[in-house]
Amino acid sequence: MHFISPVLWQFLVNWLTHFALFPPEASEIAPYTDSLYFFLVLISLVGMTVVVLLVVLFSVMYRKERNPEPTQIEGSTLLEATWTIIPLALFMVTFVWGALLYFRIYNPPTNAMNIYIVGKQWMWKAEHPGGQHEINALHIPVNRAVQLTMISQDVFHSFSIPAFRVKREVIPGRYSTVWFKATQVGTYHLFCTQYCGTLHSQMIGQIVVMTPDDYEKWTNGSTSGASLAQNGERLFTSLGCSSCHSGNADSHGPSLAQAYGSKVQMANGSFATVDDAFLRDSILNPTMHQIAGYSPIMPTYQGQVSEEGLIDLVEYIKNLNSNYRVQQTLTTSTVQSTTPAAPAAGQGMVKQ
Amino acid sequence: MSTATIVKLPPQETASLPRRSYLNSEYGLKSWLLTGDHKRIAILYLISITFFFFIGGAMAGLIRLELLTPQSDLMATDTYNKVFTMHGIIMVFLFLVPSVPATIGNFVIPIMVGAKDLAFPKVNLLSWYLYIVAGIFTISALVLGGVDTGWTFTTPLSTHYLNTHVITAGLGIFIAGFSSIFTGLNFIVTIHRMRAPGMTWFRLPLFVWSNYAASILMVLGTPVLAITLVLVVLERAIGIGVFDPAKGGDPLLFQHLFWFYSHPAVYIMILPGMGVISEVISTFSRKRVFGYTAVAFSSVAIAVFGFFVSNYSALVFSLLTMLVAVPSAIKIFNWAATLYKGSITFETPMLYAFGFMGLFTIGGLTGVFLGSLGMDIHLTETYFIVAHFHFVMVGGMLMAFLSGIHFWWPKMTGRMYPEALSKLAALTTFIGFNLTFFPQFIVGYLGMPRRYAAYPPEFQVLNVLSTAGATVLGIGYLLPMLYLTWSLKYGKIAGSNPWQATGLEWQIQSPPLTENFIETPLVDHEAYDYEWLAHQTEHEVQTVG
Repeated sequence: MHFISPVLWQFLVNWLTHFALFPPEASEIAPYTDSLYFFLVLISLVGMTVVVLLVVLFSVMYRKERNPEPTQIEGSTLLEATWTIIPLALFMVTFVWGALLYFRIYNPPTNAMNIYIVGKQWMWKAEHPGGQHEINALHIPVNRAVQLTMISQDVFHSFSIPAFRVKREVIPGRYSTVWFKATQVGTYHLFCTQYCGTLHSQMIGQIVVMTPDDYEKWTNGSTSGASLAQNGERLFTSLGCSSCHSGNADSHGPSLAQAYGSKVQMANGSFATVDDAFLRDSILNPTMHQIAGYSPIMPTYQGQVSEEGLIDLVEYIKNLNSNYRVQQTLTTSTVQSTTPAAPAAGQGMVKQ
Repeated sequence: MSTATIVKLPPQETASLPRRSYLNSEYGLKSWLLTGDHKRIAILYLISITFFFFIGGAMAGLIRLELLTPQSDLMATDTYNKVFTMHGIIMVFLFLVPSVPATIGNFVIPIMVGAKDLAFPKVNLLSWYLYIVAGIFTISALVLGGVDTGWTFTTPLSTHYLNTHVITAGLGIFIAGFSSIFTGLNFIVTIHRMRAPGMTWFRLPLFVWSNYAASILMVLGTPVLAITLVLVVLERAIGIGVFDPAKGGDPLLFQHLFWFYSHPAVYIMILPGMGVISEVISTFSRKRVFGYTAVAFSSVAIAVFGFFVSNYSALVFSLLTMLVAVPSAIKIFNWAATLYKGSITFETPMLYAFGFMGLFTIGGLTGVFLGSLGMDIHLTETYFIVAHFHFVMVGGMLMAFLSGIHFWWPKMTGRMYPEALSKLAALTTFIGFNLTFFPQFIVGYLGMPRRYAAYPPEFQVLNVLSTAGATVLGIGYLLPMLYLTWSLKYGKIAGSNPWQATGLEWQIQSPPLTENFIETPLVDHEAYDYEWLAHQTEHEVQTVG
């Protein structure tokens, strides 16, 4: 072929070297998703074969030339029960398997390292607790559970990493989370999979999975100087939050030290856990969560703080809880020290 | 000679069309535009949905051309977004939903139950006019500059972030919704109240059962779509804030409401197609449908489960998706079993029906992938879901529609389509379809998102295959369009019952008289009773005076 048309030949070679049939398995979850996938492919192949075989076989055996007189048959309860119960059983297995996988994918381990993602038309912004900011890229260490807390500044987006088999809607005005543990060093696609307007197909980026050493170098090299919590502290003062939430006994608002992760009693008697969403709502829409024992005097900060600012504040308040701080540092150091050297070649069928 | 009489037909060459039929009872455009005759309305629908199908198809062609290369180079991304939006809106609301019920259903259901017309002929005409108004709105949205929300109209994108013709297109769909509500209502009343003496529920052809089930879904589901679209329009026009978190609304509410309609909508679209397949498989294997009751009730089961498959909770959604797959599986196996010990011939409608069985099985099984919660995380919003949807809707529904059109064409027009050419078209469609959509499963598992004008270069080979297939598929659709038109004038005279089928519609002349039956037929046999039919060639159909 190459002597007929070198251009075409080059084109073909280029194609075939880029040609992919199966995505890399680059996260702890991926093999679990793939085994369910292969199970379903197997069921489909068997089901398809049965149907095609029956149709072809009967078409040959009972074509008019061979079988001019049809034999009328009412039906058969036994047969019909068979092809009701067997698919039902297989589908129920799929249902249970799928549900278990779902909870495995979406229930984060408690020691996951947290990164914030803000989606907007048409880019992804990543905010690392250490103060590193990235656009359309996310650097993460290998073999370490990472949780993303994500929010959209405008419309629905969806954060998808096919090589990790994870994906989650990014919702305007509400945090959603996703977690994963990358198992292979490499660069993988990041896609926005929820149609979001003109440049939807360019709301893409790279997930860069690095060895712990490289990751540390990257972290040190790209810090902006102030961590998210430090930025948050600055905002906390400049917005005047500290005047009510000082933690003094006579202050108007509840103390925020140790608040994160605690259970608080609401004015209507119910209990709520203070999490990221709770903090965010309390800043923007204070009447939503009325804590018992405090009067509803807090003004709204809607329109005064950007999503990034809110993340800084949330991160600051989180860090006021010493347990949270200790846990994050602990997991960081232990995981880093116990992480083996990065696996060299991937096990995935396709190299990225 | 009574028209409800079966006589031995003269040989085809000397046969001629009946002197009087619904086609020549009156002349002039007005007699068509003001008709109350369900058969004429069916023809009006057939012409108009074919028109919209080709517009939607042209959009599909543009999409595939753009995706030939990884870069977004044929058109601007905005244009691409408008093209796939229009493709979706036109194909779903102006083609798939009305295709089988409004054309074939409109034509044959009254005759199948032994009635002279639908219960409300004027409402029937009204629903066609609503359909046309809906079409005008949609086309004007296209002509005025397009709309780029995607056919799913997701908020807040559709309400706050786009300045295209969302309201116009939304109103179009809103009106199309009423058209299908009226059609559904008409079918339900007709099937309940206008069955001929002796036509009990369990003597109804399965086509009637499946359209009945689809009608119930239309009547109950479509109003939710209408409300949702009104809310989108109000939110956009005056900012009422139901979906806006800043005003205390819920951005997820739209998706709940929209999918409350759109999940059952899949069954609204597929059920009438399943009815066609039951008729065709029975006729060409000369056997009653295996397990009639199971097939009939599986339609109802699909309607019931289908209606509740909306996403209130992930687990319930997943479970119901699995349950709704079971009646579909029952149907497939019952059709296969119908062939057993039959006396099978392979006319074009049968080939399309075989195509349906294969492609719908793949479509249905990949639906199980998507219904499985953990699996869905990776697959949703990728080309896997695009491939699945098209296997069900194009591989299933469109195959069924073409099967039905070929099957009832002799009844509608009195003439046969050319057999060899139509077999070629069926084969072309099948090959083209598989080449277009099978690679999309693979590229979907690789992670290629839907609605992308540009994509990473490693997905190109599969996309080129898909585009090549779309070209073949396009030819497969143009062929019937051409030879069916040709056959209107030059096709062989069909005679009243060219397939020797058992339905009441085959016992009257082709094309039928305006009033269908001169005398009300008396039904004393079950559907698909071929022994009765053989007996009838010697005796007249019993009638009540």
